[in-house]
Amino acid sequence: MNLQAIGVIYRKELTEWVRDRRTLISTVVVPLLLFPVLILGFSYLAVRLVGQAQKEIPSVMIIGGEDSPGVVAALQKVDTLKIVPYSADWKNQISEKIIRAAVEIPQGFQTSLDTNEDKTVTIYFYEGEIKSSFGAEHIEKSLKDYRDQVVKDRLAARSLAASILTPFEIKQQNVAPPEKVSGATVGGFIGYLVILLCMTGAMYPAIDLTAGEKERGTMETILSSPVSRVNLVLGKFLLVLSAALATAALSVLSMGISFAGMKHFNTSVQSGRGEAAALVLQLGPKPVLLIFAMALPLAVFFAAALMTIALFAKTYKEAQSYLTPMTFVVVIPAVASLLPGVELTPKLALVPILSNSLVCKEIIAGTYHWNSIALIFGSTCLYAAIALFLAVKMFQREDVLFRS
Amino acid sequence: MIETRGLSKRFQDKKRGEIRAVDSVSFTCKPGQIYGLLGANGAGKTTTLRMLATILEPSDGTAIVCGHDVIEEPEKVRANVGFLSTATALYPRLTAQEMVEYFGQLNGIFGVELKKRVDEIFSCLDMNTFRDRRCDKLSTGMKQKTSIARTLIHDPQVMIFDEPTLGLDTMTARTIIEFIRECRQRGKTVIFSTHVMSEVEKLCDVIGIIHNGKLLAEGPLPELRRNYSENDLEEIFVKVVGPHCASAEA
Repeated sequence: MNLQAIGVIYRKELTEWVRDRRTLISTVVVPLLLFPVLILGFSYLAVRLVGQAQKEIPSVMIIGGEDSPGVVAALQKVDTLKIVPYSADWKNQISEKIIRAAVEIPQGFQTSLDTNEDKTVTIYFYEGEIKSSFGAEHIEKSLKDYRDQVVKDRLAARSLAASILTPFEIKQQNVAPPEKVSGATVGGFIGYLVILLCMTGAMYPAIDLTAGEKERGTMETILSSPVSRVNLVLGKFLLVLSAALATAALSVLSMGISFAGMKHFNTSVQSGRGEAAALVLQLGPKPVLLIFAMALPLAVFFAAALMTIALFAKTYKEAQSYLTPMTFVVVIPAVASLLPGVELTPKLALVPILSNSLVCKEIIAGTYHWNSIALIFGSTCLYAAIALFLAVKMFQREDVLFRS
Repeated sequence: MIETRGLSKRFQDKKRGEIRAVDSVSFTCKPGQIYGLLGANGAGKTTTLRMLATILEPSDGTAIVCGHDVIEEPEKVRANVGFLSTATALYPRLTAQEMVEYFGQLNGIFGVELKKRVDEIFSCLDMNTFRDRRCDKLSTGMKQKTSIARTLIHDPQVMIFDEPTLGLDTMTARTIIEFIRECRQRGKTVIFSTHVMSEVEKLCDVIGIIHNGKLLAEGPLPELRRNYSENDLEEIFVKVVGPHCASAEA
């Protein structure tokens, strides 16, 4: 191994890479611009839409209730509902979004209250339509308030205190520290993104430096120089690795900025995502460095594996067709780590990608199982070494380099 | 000096089985001499030259280039060889100067020495007007000059040219032919493959006719004329290769 030669190759590849608009877009522009645009844009849109939906006073219709003036009056009194006159095509009106919901008061409802009979009031709405859901929620709340009042009146009639029905209160209190809450909510997502972006960042340079060289006819040029093929692969590999890590680092930075910006939109929305995003920003240098330390062997693995596969191809296009399905191979285990109940076990620690995603989740949550971390780091290093060995071997195969 | 000894290359093809691209080729090319390897497309010229440049490894036999065995010391061989072919393209996003400097550095030349060599070659080949222009913006002639500069930067003793004028216009091809002549004048060992008879007649001191991987005839042009009783090189080529084409077809 000749470090000087590797350095010369790396510098040249870096010069070309920086000048290549295509790879620069995928490595720098996309992560730096895409996340803020997607996250902030989406948040802004979501907040606006939800805010508008919440502000609207839903038009609702009462079906029946002619013999139950009490409940009808209670519903009409609610200022968050606009009661519209009954129409026989109420179902159609909900589907057409003319009204948001309808409530059916069964016949004899008022009488049944007096005789303690069971009756069911039905709320009709358009599932998946946010304004309809808000309308249904308002009706339900109003009916619950009315029901509570009926219960109170019944108890009062029997000279019983209202507290007889609630001998004790129940409340939930979070005891997990904020970083653990954020780890549980967005930890897996961060790990998933780092893994995915390590791969996408490596993909284009890996193709360009192998199949791209073949297609442009520069492979034979470089092979005629005195540099050994081992040094040649290592110089190229280091550039692909740099691209992978740069993409991941820029993406995380961009995500941090985006989440910080997203806090502005959280005031009107009570969403777990917003709170967790704020918590992510509290991450100290330890978890950030550890996540990158764990991503390093994985990036080596991706860089070497992608180069090995892309070298088989004769053209850039052919290499793309080989590597695009690889995205799914990476995405599936990474997504599996986001599923509820998937926890890090010694067996799963040996599964590449999945284990990295799971450990990222734990690190962000502030849980450091050093044995698992060491096992995952070690196993990923081993996979990375195998992939790099294969890449070096592949560069020595004439049938691959000069495939026709 | 180049000396090949029973140089052979076999490839495995899924449909056709084993293919002998080069079959026991032996010849010698001395310093200050241009050896012309003449053959039709697919005759084995490129494979032979790629083995001499250690881009491919021989299946059997070997070659000694500047005292180094192509199998035992491929890196030392490449350090003494300048290899130019139509397949050796330039890096599009590097400038002409960066391209030449890169190959200088790969040959272990750095700093003041590299700058001196680059300046000399750029002046000699009249390349200063486009030295900072990216290779993808160069004309065909400028590209060829840059390729020549790339092969010369480490002052190799052996020059290997694989159909260097293929697809070039007359003026650019003439630049290459002139350059090959200059290499001979400087005492370099030159091996040159082509299927263009006129180029061989103009340039080569020794001609080797290769067909189906086998070296069928070899010698200076006057000797070949005498042996085959023909004045025209094309007729000589047909006389040498013809019987083998007929037997292959039979």
